[in-house]
Amino acid sequence: MPAVSKGDGMRGLAVFISDIRNCKSKEAEIKRINKELANIRSKFKGDKALDGYSKKKYVCKLLFIFLLGHDIDFGHMEAVNLLSSNKYTEKQIGYLFISVLVNSNSELIRLINNAIKNDLSSRNPTFMCLALHCIANVGSREMAEAFAGEIPRILVAGDTMDSVKQSAALCLLRLYKTSPDLVLMGEWTSRVVHLLNDQHMGVVTAAISLITCLSQKNPDEFKTCVSLAVSRLSRIVSSASTDLQDYTYYFVPAPWLSCKLLRLLQCYPPPEDGAVKGRLVECLETILNKAQEPPKSKKVQHSNAKNAILFEAISLIIHYDSEPNLLVRACNQLGQFLQHRETNLRYLALESMCTLASSEFSHEAVKTHIETVINALKTERDVSVRQRAADLLYAMCDRSNAKQIVAEMLSYLETADYSIREEMVLKVAILAEKYAVDYSWYVDTILNLIRIAGDYVSEEVWYRVIQIVINRDDVQGYAAKTVFEALQAPACHENMVKVGGYILGEFGNLIAGDPRSSPLVQFNLLHSKFHLCSVPTRALLLSAYIKFINLFPETKSTIQEVLRSDSQIRNSDVELQQRAVEYLKLSSIASTDVLATVLEEMPPFPERESSILAKLKKKKGPGAVSVNELEEGKREGGELNGGGERGGDNSAIATSNASTPSPSADLLGLRAGPPVTAAAPSAGSLLVDVFSEAGVNDDGFLRDLEPPTESSDSLLAEGPGDSDSAPPSVVSEDPAPPLPESNELLNKFVCKNNGVLFENQLLQIGIKSEYRQNLGRMYLFYGNKTSVQFVTFSTTVTCPGELQSQLNVQSKPVEPLIEGGAQVQQVINIECLTDFSDAPLLNIKFRYGGALQNLTLKLPVTINKFFQPTEMASHDFFQRWKQLSLPQQEAQKIFKANHAMDTEVLKAKLLGLGMALLENVDPNPENFVCAGVIQTKAQQVGSLLRLEPKRASSDVPINRAQQ
Amino acid sequence: MQFMLLFSRQGKLRLQKWYVPLSDKEKKKITRELVQTVLARKPKMCSFLEWRDLKIVYKRYASLYFCCAIEDQDNELITLEIIHRYVELLDKYFGSVCELDIIFNFEKAYFILDEFLLGGEAQETSKKNVLKAIEQADLLQENLDFQIRLLPGMISGLLTVESVAVSVPVALVINLIPSERGFILHVLSFWSLDQTKTKLI
Repeated sequence: MPAVSKGDGMRGLAVFISDIRNCKSKEAEIKRINKELANIRSKFKGDKALDGYSKKKYVCKLLFIFLLGHDIDFGHMEAVNLLSSNKYTEKQIGYLFISVLVNSNSELIRLINNAIKNDLSSRNPTFMCLALHCIANVGSREMAEAFAGEIPRILVAGDTMDSVKQSAALCLLRLYKTSPDLVLMGEWTSRVVHLLNDQHMGVVTAAISLITCLSQKNPDEFKTCVSLAVSRLSRIVSSASTDLQDYTYYFVPAPWLSCKLLRLLQCYPPPEDGAVKGRLVECLETILNKAQEPPKSKKVQHSNAKNAILFEAISLIIHYDSEPNLLVRACNQLGQFLQHRETNLRYLALESMCTLASSEFSHEAVKTHIETVINALKTERDVSVRQRAADLLYAMCDRSNAKQIVAEMLSYLETADYSIREEMVLKVAILAEKYAVDYSWYVDTILNLIRIAGDYVSEEVWYRVIQIVINRDDVQGYAAKTVFEALQAPACHENMVKVGGYILGEFGNLIAGDPRSSPLVQFNLLHSKFHLCSVPTRALLLSAYIKFINLFPETKSTIQEVLRSDSQIRNSDVELQQRAVEYLKLSSIASTDVLATVLEEMPPFPERESSILAKLKKKKGPGAVSVNELEEGKREGGELNGGGERGGDNSAIATSNASTPSPSADLLGLRAGPPVTAAAPSAGSLLVDVFSEAGVNDDGFLRDLEPPTESSDSLLAEGPGDSDSAPPSVVSEDPAPPLPESNELLNKFVCKNNGVLFENQLLQIGIKSEYRQNLGRMYLFYGNKTSVQFVTFSTTVTCPGELQSQLNVQSKPVEPLIEGGAQVQQVINIECLTDFSDAPLLNIKFRYGGALQNLTLKLPVTINKFFQPTEMASHDFFQRWKQLSLPQQEAQKIFKANHAMDTEVLKAKLLGLGMALLENVDPNPENFVCAGVIQTKAQQVGSLLRLEPKRASSDVPINRAQQ
Repeated sequence: MQFMLLFSRQGKLRLQKWYVPLSDKEKKKITRELVQTVLARKPKMCSFLEWRDLKIVYKRYASLYFCCAIEDQDNELITLEIIHRYVELLDKYFGSVCELDIIFNFEKAYFILDEFLLGGEAQETSKKNVLKAIEQADLLQENLDFQIRLLPGMISGLLTVESVAVSVPVALVINLIPSERGFILHVLSFWSLDQTKTKLI
């Protein structure tokens, strides 16, 4: 670099920037920068001490390079050095560098803090301001620790210059935001509040931001600010436009301060003091009046500043929500803006009106603007404005205008921007449901929605329409007819096929009387769409077909033929193939009665919070749906859920509510819960009654249609691999105590008798057992997994504590030597004397390569092994159930299923438990009931069990009675 | 206010000010995303948009976009005027400011911003007071160092030499009424693709 004279104010920097700008390519720029970096590095490392000017110049160059987006990893020290320069511009550049490139290097932070401390105590206001700016820009915790105590003192000291006070106030605000625990106002509080009275407008402007933030956190301590703010506001509002000199902005007196004052007041309820309140209302009225006056300037800055105050005032009026007169005036004013030529004003008016719509005083007034808003939705050229219009229509919708608004939104949807379609679809779906007086309108609307914007109709929306149709029998015939008609369209959306398949599968019979929609016509219509659909939809259609076989026996042969075709029965997709095979089998072997039971119409869904609403909330946050509504929704959702439970464990219920719906939960899974009859939804709560958590597997109904015989065998014969799928808590009276690992092992065997009990690197223990009456025999297989023999192998079985008197266990000795890779067997005989809850312990000792191995396990002997299944008719079962009414005769447990609930798996588990699984006993087909007798030597205990799976919440309440 | 970005029509970042702690990576991501979003908007569209959970307020002055991110309860219109006041301050200090002034004197642009906004809040809204503070500092420098302060205008002078053709149309633009400016600037761009010398206001 050529030597530069001092006089030209960093000419080197200007040259460098010019060079960079002249670079023709990114590569050239990087090359130039690397050259510069090398140069600066050598200067900083060079022997010759750099003078302040050079340091400043190079630090500034580094800063420029950083701002271009390149990483800078040196120069911090030089920047820190500049901080202690007594030349202002050098200090200034040093501070700028530190502010932009903070480094958490503790050594540097200490040096920086030292420099700041020096400047703060320099009593030179320019230096003090620089130091405060730096703290405000960096705002790190270390700085808060160092200066949070000092700055309030500077802020309120009588001899502090105004400009320093301003910086101190905002500096403190920044520190408070990062480390609220370190900024303690305490004794300074009232003096800070009184800064609102300061002579200097700039000081008030800065201080009010701090006060507002502090008031939000500690409203009580700062509440004296309300009256001060009102009087300050009143003075500004009533001042002539020239009074405030340089604080007047395009003929508007102190617009920034006014906005901040109005904002501060929004931290508090309306003032209780009548005089203060009167003065404030007067101010608000004046602001509203001024909006009607002719503008003092044509400049946009004038109107922006004026309207900024107006909108802030309207926010305050809405916040108070207590002055009907002001609310209506605000609404009218916003109504004028709706047609303003400034896009910005139209946008803000739409946005602001959204909040007005939720106030009871102004809701009606907002509704009068419906035509303008609809027009905005149709004609605005800016999508963000149209979005606001759609939000406002949603907010102003009620029973009186729902049909109009929904129709307009639907027609807008045809041309709506892709970015907002999904949200629009959700809103239409919610409004249609919320304000549906007759459900045929609702069905029409949703089908239209699918027709117009099928791609944007999320699962929640089409699940919802199915849930509603299933729950309301007055609309089922209409739905079947409409969906049949909709499917006539040559190209219809896949979502339409899903809804169509589901509804016709359930209610196709309601329109089968008409020859134009005879069963075969229905089937052919659905099947004509089959090949165009994705796998999940095809799966759903297959289920619809089997339902058809039940509804219309005359379609049986046609459908069987379809199922039998290679494209179904040999489909490469496992799910489709399985369905085809199983449905075909089901339709050919099951009697009509069995078919009718298995393929019965879906029972009503329990009422839940609308999943659609939940989705919209998630998408939009509280902005779109008011926070109240949201919370109410949550609360009611909780109650509804809880209402369905049989008393019991509240915490379990609470957890289940908190759990997020799994994406693969089943639409049909919801049916498992008992229908909630208790909560009669009032008109207002309709919205929240609709359920959520219906993530779905699509296929729904068919999961549990397979005849039990088909799979139960294979499920029972669990290999060691899937043994952990046993719900560990099925047996509620299960022992809790010691040996953590062995407890878990024990649980695996509650519902099964054979498997691998234990395995480590050396040893595998297999188990096989059989029980009859109160006697059991257990075979243990000890396998040596190594190639080295085990010596002095011995096992002992003991019954700890009172188990000795409850269980009689005899084991035959085992051979003391197990060769590598060999297996030995041990037989254990067990006699159950009386009820027990602990498990016998098995201790194994042997030497492997000289080292003693010693381990203790629990033998999987649990009371349920001595169950003898008992068949029982429904009448008997419930009679006995009712007889068992004493508290000690009943145990109930609600627990969360660890795995997705599959009916077949559940059945297998229950059978494994040892009781008889009673079919067709419980009126609710979802529940499982079992009966069995526990055989002990001393007594026989009859037991009844009832399992009520709740799929949506994945809770499985178990009722169990013992005699 | 959470941050303020100044960028050119070509998407080059000219100034960035962050009032919330963010990592460099996040800052770059936000900048990239936002520059893209704002540049994609058409001239007559409104100056506000929702972005993540923030409100973006932006305005274009000649070749430069000024873009602020504010929180939900903040006032859009007054933020728009914060931008304008900052432009006025730059204009007054540099004397008919153009993008080039901000490129070459970026440190000054930062100093002025710090006097006007601190921690994301308006510190001093009086134009006179802000400029007084800056000029005092400049004066301090001169007195201490007997240096001749580089007049910001000199930079533009220096660059006019680079391409003489541009200085004439630039002078023209100043006298145009605002509503016609868009059109004239368009014509101008035939002469020079570099708009950085166009006065902001």
